[in-house]
Amino acid sequence: MDQPLLELRGITKRFPGVLANDHIDLVVGKGEIHALLGENGSGKTTLMNVLYGLQQADEGEIHFEGKPLKTNSPGQAIDAGIGMVHQHFMLVQAFTVTENVILGMRSKREPLLGLAQAEAEVKALSEKYGLKVDPRAKIWQLSVGEQQRVEILKALHRRARLLILDEPTAVLTPQETEELSAILRSLAAEGRSIIFITHKLNEVMGISNKVTVLRAGRVIDTVETASTNQAALARMMVGREVVFEIDKTPAAPKEVVLQVEGLKAANQKKLPALRGLSLSVRAGEILGVAGVDGNGQHELAECIIGVRKAEGGRVLVCGQDIVGLSSRQVAQRGVGVIPADRQHQGLVLGLQLAENIMFGNFYCEPYSRRGFLQLGKIEEIAGRLIQEYDIRTPSSAVEVKNLSGGNQQKVVLARELSRSPKVIVAMLPTRGLDVGATEFVHRRILDARDRGAAVLLISTELEEILSLSDRIAVMYEGEIMGVVSGDAADVNELGLMMAGAKRLPEAS
Amino acid sequence: MRNHVGTTIGRDQRMIQPGQTQSKRRGSGFSWRGTLAGIVTPVVAVAASLLIGSLVIAMLKVNPLVAYSYLFSGAVGNLGQLTGTITNAIPLIFAGLAVTVAFRGSIFNIGGEGQLYMGALFAILAGTMLKLPPGIHLLVALAAGAVGGLLWALIPGYLNARRGLNEVIVTILMNYIAQWFISYLVHGPIREAGWNPQSRMVAATARLPILIHGTSLHVGIILALIAAVLMHILLTRTGLGFAIRMVGSNREASRYAGINSARVVILTMCVSGALAGLAGASEMLGTRYRLLEGFSPGYGFDAIAVAMVGRTTALGTVLGALFFGALRSGATVMQSGTGLPVVAVYFIQGLIILFMIAGSSVNFFKNLAPKKEVTADDKSAKSTAVS
Repeated sequence: MDQPLLELRGITKRFPGVLANDHIDLVVGKGEIHALLGENGSGKTTLMNVLYGLQQADEGEIHFEGKPLKTNSPGQAIDAGIGMVHQHFMLVQAFTVTENVILGMRSKREPLLGLAQAEAEVKALSEKYGLKVDPRAKIWQLSVGEQQRVEILKALHRRARLLILDEPTAVLTPQETEELSAILRSLAAEGRSIIFITHKLNEVMGISNKVTVLRAGRVIDTVETASTNQAALARMMVGREVVFEIDKTPAAPKEVVLQVEGLKAANQKKLPALRGLSLSVRAGEILGVAGVDGNGQHELAECIIGVRKAEGGRVLVCGQDIVGLSSRQVAQRGVGVIPADRQHQGLVLGLQLAENIMFGNFYCEPYSRRGFLQLGKIEEIAGRLIQEYDIRTPSSAVEVKNLSGGNQQKVVLARELSRSPKVIVAMLPTRGLDVGATEFVHRRILDARDRGAAVLLISTELEEILSLSDRIAVMYEGEIMGVVSGDAADVNELGLMMAGAKRLPEAS
Repeated sequence: MRNHVGTTIGRDQRMIQPGQTQSKRRGSGFSWRGTLAGIVTPVVAVAASLLIGSLVIAMLKVNPLVAYSYLFSGAVGNLGQLTGTITNAIPLIFAGLAVTVAFRGSIFNIGGEGQLYMGALFAILAGTMLKLPPGIHLLVALAAGAVGGLLWALIPGYLNARRGLNEVIVTILMNYIAQWFISYLVHGPIREAGWNPQSRMVAATARLPILIHGTSLHVGIILALIAAVLMHILLTRTGLGFAIRMVGSNREASRYAGINSARVVILTMCVSGALAGLAGASEMLGTRYRLLEGFSPGYGFDAIAVAMVGRTTALGTVLGALFFGALRSGATVMQSGTGLPVVAVYFIQGLIILFMIAGSSVNFFKNLAPKKEVTADDKSAKSTAVS
């Protein structure tokens, strides 16, 4: 075999109190698609940040194309031939595709920008690799999938021989994911190497040739993808057996509790985000709302829970219209919410665990009496919920920012579910959580359903939707494209609906 | 001492491991580490400032030790100086609490000075124009002072909460408006007949009684301490205080929690303005008895430093106010004793603020704490071992 393109030897990176990378060795061959698999916090991203020069290793060395490489800044990594596509794109929204691609590079025609020539180069590159995108389009006009292609073009234009992709599929539809893997294969066929970071097992199996599993900052193993399977990888990743299929009893739906009729609302940019959307959820069932991020899901959730103004339509909870009520009044009518962004919406990180359990209910019994907080009572309730929801914390006085993501989400769950809400609006409830915490959250949501709550589950993770939902609604550009039964759902059909290419006839 | 310590020094707690005991009191975030850090930062900041200040004093060819001994004796040397220090601290406690409560709601009320002037004006108007029995007159005059500050703070509060205007800019500009408005008034409409541009004297019925005969110390100190205790209770024990802290930490989450954050912001500014107004009122009714232009030596601005040194806690603010009050009184004696200008003290004050800002981003315990390396293993074990 030839000399490997990249060799990491004994990379160690310490953060205060945490050993993020513990003597990591990683070898990536030419033309190889190498998956870096691991749970959140296992050190994948840190390792790649070290390689890309965003952080410096405390120990260890990097060899690239046979030569030792010191990357103190991303500039050096780029010059050496390493490109990185971050999870959150680094693009200038108001610039065109071409302008973004040449941003930060020296023009060949200084002092002029040489835009025409650059545009031709971008065009050539995008045709060669099937990275379909208009070089003159402004970034804000592009879909998320197209923006990702611009990031890849950027790296290719800088002659990257090694491309790092950080969780590239998180924002893509199944079809776009397919397209991406085709692009990656064609790049690999040409001799470029790709490292892609993921915690999704099916992608590892579908795209990569080799996979390195990280756990707790250490390499557990590197294996040929062909010689392994999802269960084995999961075991390596988590360190124990993982149950994929959540055992779920059939739903016993009762009366309609949440009914949305012709809901209209605008988004942050004052553009229409919901265009007369209707759906209904019964007591004791989970309605999953699938869709690519940014198709009005946030606005839907926010309208229901009363933090966004609806411009038309009705939202009925147990027959009562709640449009126009404040979020506190909505909560009083029995609507619980698991917000999409727990760190900014679901919790106040700088406040203590007990205070986050109390949260919006601070004004009422038993948390306060005549305007004064009942500190003993608050502590007692928090203590009970810490037990009940298995929140790992030294005490209820710890600020929640010091808890792990999974434990933070448990605080949100404990608060919302312990009030036995009639309606639960769950937005991306497992975003950023590892397998164990995800299982826990799913279990609790199912329990709530079985107790008779109507659950509206909004998620961009199709797998999550498929494994939990009793019925699945697909959202596209502020409308429901169709509702299918959870058992009968077909991924391809859902994908087409998510892309707006298919619409089911109005169901009953 | 619950909670507030935590907001600024939460980083210490990041190292807490399961099993490690943390002192557990009723619903409190009390931990000796947090408290210690809360004391260490201001003490280190003050010490470092005095040290650097001594270099500058030495450069001015004055023996720093001599200068500081004058500063010290001028502040607490005898009863007169000690009571002078405490009297100086009264408006600083009120104004410092004003900054503290706003800070906790993440509102930077830089307008303490203007609110203080408006409070002084309202107190003077009530104190000179009304005829009421003793006691009641005083209470009315104090209340008028609070209302004056409150109204002046209500404007930036409303503009911030409902119109999204930056409160820093609005409050700074309103300081000038208030100061020049007072100047106009004492030169014209409320000028006492005579040579000096000043208002009439406050009626005896509206004055804050002197506490210790023969000194300047007046009942305002008791009111200021009561205000500090009430502030502590407000922030730590009441629903409103919780709402203020919640909106202050995260407006988005507060919105999700069903808190009307605009209302809380306006309320916070009202409380803050009323306290700043009381600072002005106490100065009028307890010390000066007349409104003059430019009567405040910058209490409203010093209050920001006071609140910072006090780490935006009620108790800390009182201590900070006493310290800055002492610097002010000591500076005059230092000037007459050594010829060092009073501004040397401002220099030290400025350094203290810089060190406090720097201190809030440094963890003094990072290097002191025993080094136990937590592997990522422990960390993930914590989060994965569930169900």
